[in-house]
Amino acid sequence: MAQLEIKNLHVCIGENEIIKGLDLVVGQGEIHALMGPNGSGKSTLAYALMGHPSYQVTAGDILFDGESLLEMAPDERSHLGMFLAFQYPVAIPGVTVANFLRTAINGHRQAKNPDDKGMPIPEFRKVLKEKMDLLQMDHGFAGRYLNDGFSGGEKKRAEILQMATLEPRIAILDETDSGLDIDALRTVAEGVNALQGPDLGVLVITHYQRLLNYIKPDYVHVMFSGMIVESGGPELALQLEEQGYDWIREKHGEANAVSAATGDS
Amino acid sequence: MIPGIEKGQGEPEFVRAYRARAWDAFARMKLPATTEEAWRRTDIRKLDAGRFAPAAPDEAHPDPPIWLLEPLAGDKHGGQITITPNGVEAFLDNELAEKGVVFTDLKTAIRKHPETLEKVLGQLVNAEEDKLSALAGAFAEQGVLLYVPKGVVVETPLHSVLWGPGVGNAYFSHLLVWMEEGSSATYVHEYASPTENGQVLHSGIVEVHVGEAANLRFVELQSWGENVWNFTHERARVDRAGELDWIFGAVGSHLTKNFSEIDLVGEGATGRMSGFYFTDGVQHFDHDTQQNHNAPHTTSDLLFKGALEDQSRSVWQGMIYVAPGAQKTDGYQANRNLVLSREARADSIPGLEILADDVRCTHGATVGKVDPEEVFYLRSRGIPEGEAERLIVEGFFDPIMQRIPFDKVRQRLEQGIVDKLS
Repeated sequence: MAQLEIKNLHVCIGENEIIKGLDLVVGQGEIHALMGPNGSGKSTLAYALMGHPSYQVTAGDILFDGESLLEMAPDERSHLGMFLAFQYPVAIPGVTVANFLRTAINGHRQAKNPDDKGMPIPEFRKVLKEKMDLLQMDHGFAGRYLNDGFSGGEKKRAEILQMATLEPRIAILDETDSGLDIDALRTVAEGVNALQGPDLGVLVITHYQRLLNYIKPDYVHVMFSGMIVESGGPELALQLEEQGYDWIREKHGEANAVSAATGDS
Repeated sequence: MIPGIEKGQGEPEFVRAYRARAWDAFARMKLPATTEEAWRRTDIRKLDAGRFAPAAPDEAHPDPPIWLLEPLAGDKHGGQITITPNGVEAFLDNELAEKGVVFTDLKTAIRKHPETLEKVLGQLVNAEEDKLSALAGAFAEQGVLLYVPKGVVVETPLHSVLWGPGVGNAYFSHLLVWMEEGSSATYVHEYASPTENGQVLHSGIVEVHVGEAANLRFVELQSWGENVWNFTHERARVDRAGELDWIFGAVGSHLTKNFSEIDLVGEGATGRMSGFYFTDGVQHFDHDTQQNHNAPHTTSDLLFKGALEDQSRSVWQGMIYVAPGAQKTDGYQANRNLVLSREARADSIPGLEILADDVRCTHGATVGKVDPEEVFYLRSRGIPEGEAERLIVEGFFDPIMQRIPFDKVRQRLEQGIVDKLS
């Protein structure tokens, strides 16, 4: 069973240590929520898991099916089945959603078989249409430039469309709820739920509990000052909703929360 | 040394006079130096000017590759001219010839169509502009005359190729286009040669007249070998309600210095210039563009986009000029550069000179790099680094591709991107 195993992970941006010894295991078929106040290092974790070059892992390991990801480029991690839905999806002007997705699919196919000639265009069109229908998206979306001029909701839906198309085994959703109104939030959550199943492990990173009304987690973790300080079931998310994060700060020490000053969330 | 003058081949008097003036200018002038504003960023001191001889027939010259001769603007040609040092092959659709269309090489034009040639030769580009244009004016043997009579619509595209192989060869070309009132045509011209070990010189003049309400789509592709020193002086004049859609695609040559001007001389004239360039290795491209609004209600729209690899360099220097009284004109110019390596450099210098008060003129110039966040985003989706860069570069060029209405021209430029990135 594929799983993501994070062991004693330490991550630095430049001189700053943001993640300070984090352990977490996400199995396929499971939904984990990672909550925490701003500046606790949640997004840093997301980027580090995907291999962003600005984030250095200084100690610990990230294992996928027992294999270390640390020396792998982001594209290789993607080929294994990792996926990150970005909090701030990047616009690629002049590149259509369809062209981009076809290149991505072919990247995956060629990673498996270097002689692969790529998915034939009619087959690709069919796949893309199916996925867009699944997420109730207008087919015209495929012809637009990737994230270029997209509304907040469109960007997040485009992320879920990419996830649906690439069929990852571990998906990290980084603040997918941020900047969405309640209708957009519901649509995105429905999209994720439609993809949910025994083959997919999900790590939902969120500041607020509201997304978890739609994507029901099996486990909830609280991150604070670069570490996981509390873990529990869905009731933990409700407790945070009612009581906020103050009790976490009191219990685990305000003094450690230096990373808030970096502006990283 | 001067064809048609010293050899006395009996060129018509106006041609002989034109060549003689150009020759005088050539003898009088020095090669352009970086002390001159237009040449400030393009240093040609390494051009081994004394070593060239006009290209002569030679069995050792390779033939132009087949792909170079394939139609680019449609499925078939209305006419095609292939010019090589070993000779000229030309054909023109009979129907077009019967309608009075002339599409022939320069030597034939001098012999058979002197009256038509006289309308345009030397009328738009001053051969005495500098020593290199003078050289082209005096010596040009390789050239094309396109004449489209009043009201004639040429449906199938016309295509010409100048193929210039051979180290030490000098090529002097002259393209002459005259579109009569209400006529319409699509014309693709390509300069090309293999990359060889040693310098080749090309100096060319392009003169284009688009008459009243005439319409010309003119595509110039520059695929010279990377040993060619390439200089061109080009000007198009657009008369009342005429339309010119001028497309440049440049991937070749060692060094290019190109002057391209558009003169909008009649009310309602429209000129659009779209430039694609991609440099790598030690290539140096310098495009000097000028959009002259000499009449009211004229519109110009220029977009040049370039990418640079390795230690290559590009210069774009543009000017929009609006003459006194040329009210209600709309001028636009933009140059965008994508620098792909630390050692490449792009200079982008827009300019406006506006002597009328009721006009709309805008310009923009940017030099940027590939954003590493874009690369990370694409790679996180399983797209390998090289492919990610290719997608970003293709996306960068997309606004230019959108302006090119010919699939095969676009495909050629897209292939150029792939070749340069590999």
